[in-house]
Amino acid sequence: MAELKKDPVVVAATQVLAHVPGMARHGSKPSRELPRDPAVEAEFLGSLRSFDEAVAYPPHQAFVGAIHPRALPARPWTDTPPGQASRWAPGGEVMPEEEFLGLLASVDTAGLLTLGADLAERALGALGDHPLAKHFALGQLERATGDVEAAADGVAACPIHVGAGPMEASLRAGDDVDQSLTGAVLLENLAAKATATLALLHLLDKEQIDPASVDYVIGCGEEAVGDRYQRGGGNLAKAVAEAAGLSEASGMDVKDFCAAPIPALVVAASLVKAGVFRRVAVVAGGSLAKLGMKFQGHLRNRLPVLEDVLGGAAALVEGDDGASPTLRLDAVGRHRVAAGGSAPQIMESLAMEPLVRLGLTTTDIDDFATELHNPEITEPQGSGNVPERNYKTLAALAARRGDISRDEIASFVESRGMPGFAPTQGHLASGLCYLPHALDRLKSGDATRSMIIAKGSLFLGRMSQLSDGMSVVLERNRQ
Amino acid sequence: MDLDSQEQILKLSELHGPSQLTVIIGAPDPEAAEITAETVVRGDPSYAGALAGAQLGLDVYHVLDESISSDVPSDVWEAQIGVMADVLEADALVAAVAGMREPPSEPS
Repeated sequence: MAELKKDPVVVAATQVLAHVPGMARHGSKPSRELPRDPAVEAEFLGSLRSFDEAVAYPPHQAFVGAIHPRALPARPWTDTPPGQASRWAPGGEVMPEEEFLGLLASVDTAGLLTLGADLAERALGALGDHPLAKHFALGQLERATGDVEAAADGVAACPIHVGAGPMEASLRAGDDVDQSLTGAVLLENLAAKATATLALLHLLDKEQIDPASVDYVIGCGEEAVGDRYQRGGGNLAKAVAEAAGLSEASGMDVKDFCAAPIPALVVAASLVKAGVFRRVAVVAGGSLAKLGMKFQGHLRNRLPVLEDVLGGAAALVEGDDGASPTLRLDAVGRHRVAAGGSAPQIMESLAMEPLVRLGLTTTDIDDFATELHNPEITEPQGSGNVPERNYKTLAALAARRGDISRDEIASFVESRGMPGFAPTQGHLASGLCYLPHALDRLKSGDATRSMIIAKGSLFLGRMSQLSDGMSVVLERNRQ
Repeated sequence: MDLDSQEQILKLSELHGPSQLTVIIGAPDPEAAEITAETVVRGDPSYAGALAGAQLGLDVYHVLDESISSDVPSDVWEAQIGVMADVLEADALVAAVAGMREPPSEPS
């Protein structure tokens, strides 16, 4: 068991997007604002992007791994003409909405989704041609086909549209009175399941991994999944394992608001290093509740509704293979209760303390990934450029430690940081989105170490005034 | 500005009167600082929160404004803000908020 002495590796990571402009109206913000004003609703529906526009949008190309975020063109990215980019990337894709609705039906084990006949036919045709078609339960689409109007009349059902078009599908509630099982809640959960499953299927396919070789799946998406007796019951991970054909796996979810992916990776690596499991997948689906979250700022600035995609991510952790990047379990940074809550104090405990422990400086880290929210989405609503703010904090701390001179602050931010490119689904932005890029650069030798820093707004749940965070260092394999 | 903060500010304003309040903004970029200041002076420009349409005209400063920072004990400043003051563009931040203390240049 010599390999257990070495830290585990991250073998692969993949990311997908589902372009779901029709579902954007079910995001928490639009679902409250649009019914209040028909004029706002009309403007919202008139400002949705086409699939080609969503594919061409450069941050989406960075998210699915086609380009490195530092290779993003100058802003505004919304001006990028459609037609040049592909929906497919190595190990990732941008899936169009009607295909995604078919995928929802394919993973809907409760049989609550009804697709109109025409939509079902279009979705079946598209999914049948998909490179992963053999992994989809396409028979479910036929079973889901039915009377959408009747289904939408059910108690707490959720109507579903493709883009700005008419209703073409509906999700029935799981229970007539349970507020945790309304159609709208289940659509969030089902969308998270489908996007996570799609990312995991791409990972298994790209790396030619036997699905039966995965022992465990850890979910770190934002949906809690449960019923009225246990709203955060959890284990969407096992549902994803089932949907992806991982017959020998079980799973669990790790909850930590937007920071969850990093604790999930650390738990996965710890289980592997302890010899509990050999191969562990970490998965996260998209957050439907956050679609259209900042749409008012976008419309005010004559931008399209930019939060119209659901992300999905998957990563695979196993024992040292002598080639894949190592997850340094001796360099996990955590935000201690007593660490303090100001930006520099949080960064000190997440970024600096682990480096001190390793005897390294900030300039020993080639890439820092932290809260990589796309600034084109956040700035119009007054939330500023989140990653830039983080990188400035990091650079200031680096200068105070004497790692760099004050004159080098700007170049530190530019060369070791990067523009934000993730949708505003915090767990994806909080570092996880950089994982495929980090692995590429660490495998090729373009980078030696990457640090991924995640933060989570724990205080939003009203049980504490604290935030949380965790960081990991990934290192080029020394063999 | 987030909706909870807007509600809090509206409540405080009703309780104490707008003339008794000063708002101190810590936003790290001028655009965010300006929108936050606009919200407490002229009302929420996104019409999403409690301050939509509320022209409270509150007195507002950025925390890096010397008239504020000089009142903060140095140990507190060092722990909470010091490092950030090294890298933020204080002049632009202070100016963005100061602009909102002036009356609008055109009638709105």
